[in-house]
Amino acid sequence: MTVAALEVQRLNRSFGALHVARDIDLTLERGARRALIGPNGAGKTTLVNLITGALRPSAGRVLLDGDDITHTSQAERARRGLARTFQINQLFRGLTVLENLAMTIGERDGNCNNLWRAAGAKRAVIDEALDRLDSLRMVDDALKLVRELPYGRQRLVEIAIALTQRPRVLLLDEPAAGVPSSESHLILDVVAALDPDIAILIIEHDMDVVFRFAKHITVMVQGAVFTEGTPEEIMADEQVRAVYLGQEGHKGARHG
Amino acid sequence: MAVNKIKLNDAAAIGARANAADYLVRRHYFRWPEASPWLIAVACYFIFPDRMTFGNQVLVMVIFALSLDLILGYAGIVTLGHAAFFGIGAYVAALLSLRFGWSEPISGIILGGLLAGLVGIVVGWFMLRYRGLTLLMLTIAFAAMLQESGNLRSDITGGYDGLPGLIISPLFDTFGYDLYGHTNYIYVLVVLAIVFYFVRRIVYSPFGQALTGIRENVQRMHAIGSPVHRRLVMVYTISAAIAGVAGALFTQTNAYVTLTVFDFDNSAKVMVMLILGGTGRLYGAFLGAAVYMILEDYFSKLSPTFWQFGIGLLLVLAVLFARRGLLGLVEDAGRYLSKRKKP
Repeated sequence: MTVAALEVQRLNRSFGALHVARDIDLTLERGARRALIGPNGAGKTTLVNLITGALRPSAGRVLLDGDDITHTSQAERARRGLARTFQINQLFRGLTVLENLAMTIGERDGNCNNLWRAAGAKRAVIDEALDRLDSLRMVDDALKLVRELPYGRQRLVEIAIALTQRPRVLLLDEPAAGVPSSESHLILDVVAALDPDIAILIIEHDMDVVFRFAKHITVMVQGAVFTEGTPEEIMADEQVRAVYLGQEGHKGARHG
Repeated sequence: MAVNKIKLNDAAAIGARANAADYLVRRHYFRWPEASPWLIAVACYFIFPDRMTFGNQVLVMVIFALSLDLILGYAGIVTLGHAAFFGIGAYVAALLSLRFGWSEPISGIILGGLLAGLVGIVVGWFMLRYRGLTLLMLTIAFAAMLQESGNLRSDITGGYDGLPGLIISPLFDTFGYDLYGHTNYIYVLVVLAIVFYFVRRIVYSPFGQALTGIRENVQRMHAIGSPVHRRLVMVYTISAAIAGVAGALFTQTNAYVTLTVFDFDNSAKVMVMLILGGTGRLYGAFLGAAVYMILEDYFSKLSPTFWQFGIGLLLVLAVLFARRGLLGLVEDAGRYLSKRKKP
């Protein structure tokens, strides 16, 4: 029997009377490609925060490779191979792109416990960081400060950092959010080409992307899992259309 | 033709890679402008032989400001209670000499640093779970509590009247102290150099990079697996120890200490110095402490009652027009000149 890469069991969280997560069950097999969709305020980002440990659940369990990590810190989960990107960039804006990645490698490998050796003395770290940038065609930006990059490129740095962590499970929170559509394909190409061994959960509003990328889809509404299934099943589901796709169509109609 | 183009692209890519790698490899290399503050400090010894006592005070404050730069400038920990550790060091040196008859100076600063560091690790472990205003208030409260405990036992600490007439043995049993503080100046300058070497290594180490990361974005640090709290406690402890060394030197060079070393004024003053000089750039501590103390000296002669007005005005100007401190201005000027020279 294979153990799921990530398993969420009956996860609950409330802020006062507001239940932002109710009895959520979710499984990511090894190499999974699962999309998490739902209307605004459905609790998608909250779920990511609960899985990564940024928020504590009031009840329920999170298992990573079969190990219960519900009570471990966010950093411990990251060290065990759980990485995420943020819906709104969380980068070291005053540092160069290269330093952003070198730091990630340093924390991953425990180099950052060293107070004495110069940070630039380990050639392997620099080479790995540059290889990563090379694979994203960003070597030319290596010495630019993150805050000087256009937003689309910053989104790529978000992904680069997460990949540099060498995760087994990767949570992508709207990777192309805020990027002009002329550039979003750059990011989505990168997402599509990710290592097939990494289990991925992607939150995304663009249904074209979702249907192209995901093999499974989970629909959330008001803090609970509404339904799940293959893209075909979800597309055919009348209720989903009513709560979500229908709403989109309504919006489109209004604008049209 | 097409083959050539590919080669050209490769060459450019390899060049960009090498450039980028070079930047990280060389970042911690010694650069010549870094020698200037040390040359100036040595030159002052010969140029102002009758102002060495003042020079001492400046150097002590440089060490103190350097300790603050490590936590404020690099790790982004805002504190207005750093005088607590300065005061602990100061009283360790004083009480060693007065109550235990232990007057050897070097072991005095080492013990002062150790005890301050020990307190730093305990207090830091507790306080650094908090950030922002909460942390700021806790640091102020802690320094005030230490000061009041000292006041409570003024039979030991001498209270606000202080402990005068401390006896400090000659350095290495050979170099005695003269009225003008020449020996002391060299003594403090050497300690500063050693402390600076440590701080510089830390700042350019992977650990130092992680501190910058915490300052820049603590959320991201958590997400990449950094044990943030442990890192903060570590640097806070080191910083506290250095502040303790500065305090011990303060006592030893003045041969006198009172509870005012714990004053909020002292904490605020060192922060103003650092901001004036420029945070997170090592030499900002040098420039800030020197400029602040020279101006304080000058203004207080000019107008003994209103001298703080001058300092205040300078700080307002610095915050408005030199956000990165005086050293930021110097950097801008250097960049401007080198740009003009090149083409």
